[in-house]
Amino acid sequence: MTTQEWKFTAKDIASQPELFLSGHRACAGCGPATVLRLIMKAARGPTIVTQATGCMEVVSSIYPYTSWGVPWLHTAFETAAANASGIDAALKAMSKKGKVKEHIDVIAIAGDGGTFDIGLQALSGAVERGHDFLFVLYDNEGYMNTGIQRSGGTPTGAATTTTPAGSAIPGKVEKKKPIDEIMLAHDMPYVATATPYYWKDMLTKVRKGLEVEGPAFLHIFAPCPRGWRSEPAKSIEYSKLAVESCVFPVWEAMNGKRQLSTPSRLIALAPQKKRPVKDYLAGQGRFRHLFTPQNQHVLVEMQRFTDEHWERLLQKCEPSS
Amino acid sequence: MSPEKSWKEISIAGVCSKSSVEFKTGDWKTYTPIRDLEKCTRCLTCVMFCPDGAIKWRPEISDIEFDFSICKGCGICANECPTKAITMKIEGE
Amino acid sequence: MEKQVKQETVPLNGDEAVAFAVKQCNVDVVAAYPITPQTIIVEKFSEYVANGEIQTEFVCTESEHSAMAACLAASVTGARTFTASASAGLALMHEMLFVTSGSRAPVVMAIANRALSSPLNIHGDQSDSMAERDSGWIHIYVENSQEAYDSIIQAFKIAEDVGVSLPIIVGLDGFTVSHTLENVDVLCEDDVKRFVGDRQLPNVLTHEGKIVPFKLDPNNPMTMGPIAFQNYYFEFKRQQEEGMKNALKRIREVNTEYAKFTGRSYGNGLIDAYKLEDAEVAVVCVGSTSGTLKVIVDELRQEGLKAGLLRLRTFRPLPVEELRKALSNVVAIAVMDKSLSFGGFGGAVFTEVRHALYDDEKHPFIVNYIYGLGGRDSSPRELRTIFEELANIARTGRVESLVHYFGLRE
Repeated sequence: MTTQEWKFTAKDIASQPELFLSGHRACAGCGPATVLRLIMKAARGPTIVTQATGCMEVVSSIYPYTSWGVPWLHTAFETAAANASGIDAALKAMSKKGKVKEHIDVIAIAGDGGTFDIGLQALSGAVERGHDFLFVLYDNEGYMNTGIQRSGGTPTGAATTTTPAGSAIPGKVEKKKPIDEIMLAHDMPYVATATPYYWKDMLTKVRKGLEVEGPAFLHIFAPCPRGWRSEPAKSIEYSKLAVESCVFPVWEAMNGKRQLSTPSRLIALAPQKKRPVKDYLAGQGRFRHLFTPQNQHVLVEMQRFTDEHWERLLQKCEPSS
Repeated sequence: MSPEKSWKEISIAGVCSKSSVEFKTGDWKTYTPIRDLEKCTRCLTCVMFCPDGAIKWRPEISDIEFDFSICKGCGICANECPTKAITMKIEGE
Repeated sequence: MEKQVKQETVPLNGDEAVAFAVKQCNVDVVAAYPITPQTIIVEKFSEYVANGEIQTEFVCTESEHSAMAACLAASVTGARTFTASASAGLALMHEMLFVTSGSRAPVVMAIANRALSSPLNIHGDQSDSMAERDSGWIHIYVENSQEAYDSIIQAFKIAEDVGVSLPIIVGLDGFTVSHTLENVDVLCEDDVKRFVGDRQLPNVLTHEGKIVPFKLDPNNPMTMGPIAFQNYYFEFKRQQEEGMKNALKRIREVNTEYAKFTGRSYGNGLIDAYKLEDAEVAVVCVGSTSGTLKVIVDELRQEGLKAGLLRLRTFRPLPVEELRKALSNVVAIAVMDKSLSFGGFGGAVFTEVRHALYDDEKHPFIVNYIYGLGGRDSSPRELRTIFEELANIARTGRVESLVHYFGLRE
């Protein structure tokens, strides 16, 4: 059944078996945990998951307990995509020799640490070699598991333990690495962004990524109440605000042809619905220092480049059919 | 809790021998979700968004069920419920 | 007793011999990155793939670190896996070597032993794999291309043994063995496949309560590579040690089986003793220099000196009992080290051999010769002087210096 035919309701998804099981040790209100729980609902058959070191890896595999209902491998921090390459090669070789009879989907999961930074080389290599796998990036915008340090995915202005909001420097100065543009530049079959609030959109993209032959990349926004110093109850709400303020637009690109997904398209069609970036930042402790007179300029700059990126994105997207 | 095993008794390579569903995280919570059955439309939004899968859809009774032995009390269900059918109360109050 | 199989003599250098052996062993996945002096292995392999001669998936990874990660992942998916590296490439894999042995993945890796930077040096010494002696890999060092071919075939059988389940390094001296053409007797592919057999998997208990073969298999899901806290990590490490202990036995068994199959044996698989039974002076050596030393031993024997050689073939696991038995009657021993452990008390092989003999009643004199760093060659005439010095020590009972830098310009 292809994604064209895959129609699903909340009841359908709710009735699917849990493959990311309860009893994991993620914080209360963990955005990535919701993301992982949901994306496993889009698994379409035999699946192998390999994961990079990080929050979700650690909380779901504390020996002797495991939260994984599928075969699962963790090796190191840099290696999610390298593992996926090895698994893909093994399955191909074993299929040719008749040792594996069915198609098995391979999913590599990594946080922003294991993707933007230390994992980028392996990801780039695996994509260039054309391995058949889906790479899921759950982006909580920092090295959260080791204590909230900055990553290439941390946005400008965010306070982390390695970019604290000090009297001389107001949090992270650098911009968030444009990982999606980097992946698009690889000329790969499927690149998409998603957030858990729009779970139908997210699950459809997981399916598309699995169906595509060759590498697929899915960047999922995943709020972290501990690292962002935000209310645990609002993790999903922030993933909605991020789209409404155009801080994290949702789109997909099949073979390089980029299209806005419905939640972001609605904003493009009705720009009055676009929320100011301030609305998204408010309530997140990591941005609290920006709401002071001496750091006003950072807020202004953040609104400016969010608008700029949004305009640029609109130009790059194909008009929807 | 069972006593920890010797190196001869466990499988090699760290292969996990227990499912985490045996590990109950319910005692983490300070707040517990209370559902108003009248307001609940069984839209299953809370089931979708629970990070721990603590809310389950039970088709045989056409209703959802909260598993308080898992629920960590994060409040996402209450925050996202479209009809505000769930409120978070301090446990024991 | 099984009849020895038919063999053919072909000209191969060490790298080519390795590539040819891998081709014959029905390997499923090869993930590798080129580095001098291993490049011929991956190049030859690429030719086999391009000509459709093998059913192996060949992954040209973008670095050695990813090569080892890919090999590990392929191996635990159930594939028979091989890779090769040297020097900086092996060093780059360092983290993943520990992960691979901890994950009990029987990856076979050929190392064309080469010096480490800085300064950059592409030539043969053993510092690359000696630096990885703690990583939980089995280490076998070969003397020539013939042994490289034979040892790769044996390696799969050793590593994949259910009681071992550890990855294995087969070390061949860079350029000296890797690039030197020799006559190598090779088996036919069917015989190699018969000898190596199919990969056997150990059984594990999964979270579903089932005891099933250890691999990533949607029919029997399991979790590999968890986080293990203070309460369990130590037990997993002890398990690896047990694998090493079993390897001591397994290496000997495979050597014996292979001898019956092909007529070729390398000592008992762990050590290769040459004229050691009544030796008064002896040299312990790892790798190809042993060949030259054997010639010198023969010469010296002609001249009346009771000289002998112990080629240490298996460095990990260290064959302590074999070392003790073979060396305890020798009066003066020189241990050769083609690597330097900075700030230590002599090289790695010296330290371990001396330590193995520490409790020996007869307590032979043991000295160290650090040689060949960066591919510096040692001539037979120079190597003779080592035996002459040993004879001196045996005669006078005096050791002038415990650690020598052999061939260094002072």
